[in-house]
Amino acid sequence: MSSADLITATSRGLYCAAGGFYIDPWQPVEHAVITHAHGDHLRAGSAGYITALPGVGLAAQRLPAGAPLVPLAYGEAIDLGKTRVTLHPAGHILGSSQVRIEHGGEVWVVSGDYKRDRDPTCEPFEIVPCDVFISEATFALPAYRWPPPGMVAVEILEWWRANAKRGEASVLFAYALGKAQRILAELAALTDETVFVHGAVAAITDVYRGRGIVMLPDAAASSSDSSQYSGALILAPPGAAGSPWMKRFGEHRTGFCSGWMRVRGDRRRGGYDRGFVLSDHADWPALLRTFRESGARRILLTHGHTDTLCRYLREQGTDAAALHTEYGSGE
Amino acid sequence: MQRFAELFESLDTTTSTRAKIGAMSAYFRVAEPSDAAWATYVLIGRRLKRSVGPALLRQWLREEAQLPEWLIEETYGSIGDLAETIALLVPNESTERALHADVSLTEWFNARILPLANQSVAERRQHIVNWWHELPYRECFLVNKLLTGSLRVGVSRSLVARALAECMDQPRVQIERALIGEWDPGAEFWRALSHNEGNLHVAQPYPFFLASPLEGGPGPLGGRDDWLAEWKWDGIRGQIVRRAGQCTLWSRGEEVITDRFPEIARAAAALADGCVLDGEVLAWEGGRVLPFARLQRRIGRSKLTPKILRDIPARFLAYDLLEVDGTDWRRQPLLERRARLATLLERTDSSVLGLSPEVAAPSWDALAALRAEARSRGVEGLMLKSWQSSYGTGRQRGAWWKWKIDPFVFDGVLLYAAPGHGRRSNLYTDYTFGVWLGDTLVPVAKAYSGLTDAEIRELDRWIRTHTREKFGIVRSVEPQQVFELAYEGIASSARHKSGIALRFPRIVRWRVDKVAAEADTLPALRQVLATQQADSHNV
Repeated sequence: MSSADLITATSRGLYCAAGGFYIDPWQPVEHAVITHAHGDHLRAGSAGYITALPGVGLAAQRLPAGAPLVPLAYGEAIDLGKTRVTLHPAGHILGSSQVRIEHGGEVWVVSGDYKRDRDPTCEPFEIVPCDVFISEATFALPAYRWPPPGMVAVEILEWWRANAKRGEASVLFAYALGKAQRILAELAALTDETVFVHGAVAAITDVYRGRGIVMLPDAAASSSDSSQYSGALILAPPGAAGSPWMKRFGEHRTGFCSGWMRVRGDRRRGGYDRGFVLSDHADWPALLRTFRESGARRILLTHGHTDTLCRYLREQGTDAAALHTEYGSGE
Repeated sequence: MQRFAELFESLDTTTSTRAKIGAMSAYFRVAEPSDAAWATYVLIGRRLKRSVGPALLRQWLREEAQLPEWLIEETYGSIGDLAETIALLVPNESTERALHADVSLTEWFNARILPLANQSVAERRQHIVNWWHELPYRECFLVNKLLTGSLRVGVSRSLVARALAECMDQPRVQIERALIGEWDPGAEFWRALSHNEGNLHVAQPYPFFLASPLEGGPGPLGGRDDWLAEWKWDGIRGQIVRRAGQCTLWSRGEEVITDRFPEIARAAAALADGCVLDGEVLAWEGGRVLPFARLQRRIGRSKLTPKILRDIPARFLAYDLLEVDGTDWRRQPLLERRARLATLLERTDSSVLGLSPEVAAPSWDALAALRAEARSRGVEGLMLKSWQSSYGTGRQRGAWWKWKIDPFVFDGVLLYAAPGHGRRSNLYTDYTFGVWLGDTLVPVAKAYSGLTDAEIRELDRWIRTHTREKFGIVRSVEPQQVFELAYEGIASSARHKSGIALRFPRIVRWRVDKVAAEADTLPALRQVLATQQADSHNV
């Protein structure tokens, strides 16, 4: 990597020297530009944070009280050091952004995490033309191709109904931030029933409602009377699986919503009764399409199957390289 | 096919025995008879003669997926299952809920898969590739599974039998018996099964009764007098079925092996008609059993030459009598069955057919002392059978125990890893271990089992981050991790680079406290072989 690179991978995170700021740093820094509020991208301890306006509520909830947060509307420019920075929707979760950095006539875009499928809980991914595109590669294997999300929502509903017919509860595990709300919003197009939620999901869902996102009504799964849950759908974070909290549901089936559920071995090993292929990341075709549409002459990859995608892009004649980062591949 | 695909998914996504039986039973109740018969056939793990091998399928996948070969191999390595890799990689126009006309399971086999055997490679390619493009993911995966081997969906034959027994309202033993041996999946089989006429062709064997491992000592079993003790012979468990003037020798794997052992077939002809014997096929010479490796050489031959028959003579030691005078004797107590068996064998007056001798020892302590000699006698330990026991089905705890000798152990270094199958299909769980010869590591054993799920996941992560080279789906890793391995026996082998072959190697534990330099050496293993051979000549 040449020293003239606008953004470099350092031990603290992706760093823009010309602008004097970091993007999603994993150690405390002076100025942090945050792509979205998931734990591996937003960490406490920095002196100042800039994040997209629709995501400020989520970031505030996850940072210690009083953390210095500067909201920036999508497309609104801010000058940092010698650079001009704008944020653009990434379609990953509410308030998720790509970071566009312009300096000396060159444009770099950092994708954060992103997807191209439609999602009723956040603004769709925006194509931002650039010279260098720094992308995630979480699902960068050709086996990962997502079914249409609307079809997955129908599958979830049918599974819920079939379990209800047997008098069983349906406990669906999904990331508490983003995925759970997306499910509530997808299902709102198909039914109007109330869904029980784990406390971790409830707090975040309130923030989404505050932003005017239309979702199914939710109720706290606080009762320990199992008859309450017969035939109901319950949304919970994956960490709740196998915990004593689950005892309240009596007879129940479990499901998990994640891109990893595309592969049978992962479906079976997770020990869930059902796996639903619903991801907030770009699948293989979406990654390639995004690179093409961005017009970037160079692609840098941050996390996931970076080596595989790198080799493939190079063989296709694209300048590509991997950057070392500490972002996770969980979903 | 859609209905069967749904059944497959139900079985694939639950670990509950109850739920599996429920799903199968529900399917059998509504399926067409011939579909139900075919479903039974594949669920119990039967496989058709393969009409297309994995090499061809991989070649066609490369051509159809329009991806570079290394990327397909890398994806295959990550997924670990060819059938699934194809279903995920071949571009497919239909969505998962495509409104295509459903083709029944029977038609899939009779009109599509079976005829492949008589087609040219080009015709086979055309058909199979069309299926890949047309079928929705789930069915494409299943068809590939049917083409490449067994389903591995976590149901055993006895679980299938329980489901069948439930929906047909018949005794499970009856069903189990009808499912073993050879039968043609079709409506006629299903009709006979559901009318309790079973599938009792003349050579039909009985399901084998299996012993459970005895942990600790025999103390809790009670009085020594209540138990028959026999050597646990290290051969091929088999059944001689002597009916209607014919003799058939079955292996426990339910294959007819009569023509592999003509001397046993000849000797069995002297048995009175209408009897069935359970016993062990052994290589035998000079009044003692030969190591299993010798017997294996005989099984491996495609043609039995007079020389092989002379060099490796076979013998059948009978354990039990399941049928006599055409009557099922399995409910009789062992005491009676053994007595009758002894009389029967005396009458044949054959050196090839013998009775597995009772190990005489007045007390458990005396028996334990004899067990310590097992290795030098060329046996695997002792069998303990309650004199009152009937001959059951499968593995039922309590009546029969195997009291094996402690295995040999050594420390090996992990050299190669490949993905497992079924539940473990995208984890690296098939390991190759080596020992030192000078300053190089020579592979000596492959092992698949012995680690906990948590250890498997940890080792999988380690393998992925410490890979040296990839050969297709196999990876060589940095030689750092040491494992204690157990095995039952050792034989010299010209086929292995190390010159030795280990029997039943498995992982005992991950020796995180050891470094590679502390692993065992090949000369040390050869010494075990030499001692073993010396022992067997001194008894």
